[in-house]
Amino acid sequence: MEIALALLVGCFFTVSIYLLLSKYVIRILLGVAILGNAVNLLIFTAGRLTKEIPPIIPEALQVPDGIIANPLPQALILTAIVISFSFFAFLLVLGYRAFQDLNTDDTDSMRFAEPVDEPNPPLGY
Amino acid sequence: MASKGPEITDVTGILVNADLQLADFLIVAPVVIPILFSALLLMLRTRPATQGRIAIIGMALLALACFGLLQRVLDTGPVTMTMGRWVPPFGISFSVDIAGALLAFTSSVIAFVGSIYANSTASKLEMRYGFYPFFMAMMAGVSGAFLTGDLFNLYVWFEVLLISSFGMIVLGSEKNQLDGTMKYAFLNLVATTMFLMATGYTYGLTGTLNMADIWTKVNSGLLEGPVTTIAVLFFLAFAMKAAAFPMNFWLPASYHTPKFLVSAVFAGLLTKVGVYALLRVTLMLFADQRDLFAEIIAWIAALTMIAGVLGALAQNDIRRIFGYLVISGIGTMLAGLAIGSVTAITGILVYAVHSMIVMTALYLAAGVVGRMMNSNDLRQVGGIYAASPMFAAGFLILALSVSGLPPTSGFWGKFILVKATVELGAWWLTAAILISGLLTSIAIFRVWIFTFWRGGPSGTRDGAEAWKVEPLNQEYQLAAFISLGVLVLATFALGVFPEVLIGTAADGAKGLLYPTGYIESVFGGTQ
Amino acid sequence: MNTIIFRTFAPYLTALMVLFSVFILLRGHNDPGGGFIGGLLAASAFAIYGIANGVTPVRRAIYFHPISLAGFGLFIATLAGLPSILAQVPFLTGLWVYPKIGSVELALSTTLIFDIGVYFVVVGTITSIALALEERLED
Repeated sequence: MEIALALLVGCFFTVSIYLLLSKYVIRILLGVAILGNAVNLLIFTAGRLTKEIPPIIPEALQVPDGIIANPLPQALILTAIVISFSFFAFLLVLGYRAFQDLNTDDTDSMRFAEPVDEPNPPLGY
Repeated sequence: MASKGPEITDVTGILVNADLQLADFLIVAPVVIPILFSALLLMLRTRPATQGRIAIIGMALLALACFGLLQRVLDTGPVTMTMGRWVPPFGISFSVDIAGALLAFTSSVIAFVGSIYANSTASKLEMRYGFYPFFMAMMAGVSGAFLTGDLFNLYVWFEVLLISSFGMIVLGSEKNQLDGTMKYAFLNLVATTMFLMATGYTYGLTGTLNMADIWTKVNSGLLEGPVTTIAVLFFLAFAMKAAAFPMNFWLPASYHTPKFLVSAVFAGLLTKVGVYALLRVTLMLFADQRDLFAEIIAWIAALTMIAGVLGALAQNDIRRIFGYLVISGIGTMLAGLAIGSVTAITGILVYAVHSMIVMTALYLAAGVVGRMMNSNDLRQVGGIYAASPMFAAGFLILALSVSGLPPTSGFWGKFILVKATVELGAWWLTAAILISGLLTSIAIFRVWIFTFWRGGPSGTRDGAEAWKVEPLNQEYQLAAFISLGVLVLATFALGVFPEVLIGTAADGAKGLLYPTGYIESVFGGTQ
Repeated sequence: MNTIIFRTFAPYLTALMVLFSVFILLRGHNDPGGGFIGGLLAASAFAIYGIANGVTPVRRAIYFHPISLAGFGLFIATLAGLPSILAQVPFLTGLWVYPKIGSVELALSTTLIFDIGVYFVVVGTITSIALALEERLED
């Protein structure tokens, strides 16, 4: 099971890096989203996989009864999902706004902050 | 309604049982205060008149809390508080040693000065879009990153400061701001995702996220697995956040686009958080692993210094010049990380404090220049010396400071780092630091000569008939005078009386390299 | 979506959902539920009301700006950590009191205050997003 998940994480990383290397904003955005999921899955795998036993302590006991699933990676992933979701939302709005205002989603032609035809700085006055 | 479960009989083993005094809560105050004020300002968003003043009060409280914390850490050694009373490593710990407290205090002072400057410049529209809540939340993130003792918590604070910095950098939504934000946002997000990846691997390998616990496990020698790979991943992530070569291009692409205050605070604080994380994780947690790739770090440091300063020489826009100088400064600090001796780490901490002060001051000065000349382009500025000799003199001190010349704080940081390289015998690293210092002075003095010394912008006649600059309104003048004055005085004072800073930084460096006190403060000497 | 059935029914549904969200919030300490999920429920209740009757009545009904609600939530969630100063225990420790009102024993705690804070943060942010989107649709 770990091997299958490791391969899946590898696939996710491949896809996301391929998309991140594109020059179009929307593809980079999808790449970022997949990258976030790849990392979440990675944490999940790194937290060891167990059979689906929920980490709940029975009412009569004070410690869990036998082996339970590790809840910590799931808590970490939950936090990471919420964070990456909000970032994705922000970037989506930003990308859309940039597309509207700059009239392009090609990063090669996004040269408003760093103009291409900037002359050399003055050497003397 | 929560029902009372079965009574748990013995809880003493899993809870922290020491009685805490009010002073013990200083360690969470630098996070709690900005969050409370951020929430308060969020509620008062529609009343812009009061926002600035409340923010100044909040930042002043933050600075006081950080000062108290620094005093306490200097008195009693590293301090730890574990949230929710669970024993570490199960609860999330806040652990602070001298290095963290020193940087947290410096950053809170920068934020305080920034809030004074902001009070006179923030427009009503910007406040409606939540400038002050974002500023406060960013400070919570910055302080949290300096104080936390938990790796995943560090990631969360990074994200807090990142998302609020997004909100701040995009304020105004002009074309070049959107463009700059795109590059800033994407590259920083990829960097934090890499950090999360490394955190996940660390958890898989050590089974813990508490830094003190990780340190114990990594140094026990029992760990089997690709520890060095994890250390390199951490280095990569934080170096990207700190804008080290060759991942530096997002910084000069974005830092000159937002409001002046925003770029000032960013340049002062955000990259230094990256440097701090490098120190904490790469140097303290993975010390042996760092030795294996120290030479690579040295090369990256040298290239960052030289590439940064060469970039600064090729720019017209004042803020873009400063952006490249920030990068060059990061390279100087990385050189210390590559060496890793007590002297070198002392140098990094001194240089980080200096860099926070001076880069913020330079960007604020660029803001004043922008107000006076309506431009930040070297070709379209000039003649400010005639209009305000005081401002010109202040800028001159900042220029001396950023190029590492006495009598300013920049001199001592570079001096200690150079000393560290000489001690090690890494002559080429010495040469890189000195050459970058020389080129920095050329770049910054060109700014000074063009902006202040000459009579007017290119095309006007130099000399007798001085160029008339725009008069500043009184409120802005006062705010700019106070904020710049404090920072210029700070860099000057630290240059003339550096003993306290260097002594504190040396103790901080020892604490990072031999963190037994840090570990003991977390586990209370029980492990 | 503007059928008369939906418009007549929506206020009752909204009221019921908000009530249920409070119930979910309060049972959250030992049972499934809590501030986050309760907040989501309340936010969707406001969204339903907005779809049925338009955004302006919703804004008038909740009186405060949703973002201010979120700020309030953040504020009291942070405040929930502060009673631990008085109890001399680390920040954010859950402190419980069991006052008796008549024959009923209430279990009140700082974690409940924290959860209420979370509830308001979620209600505020999600409602403000939902209302902004619905305003777009109305244009």
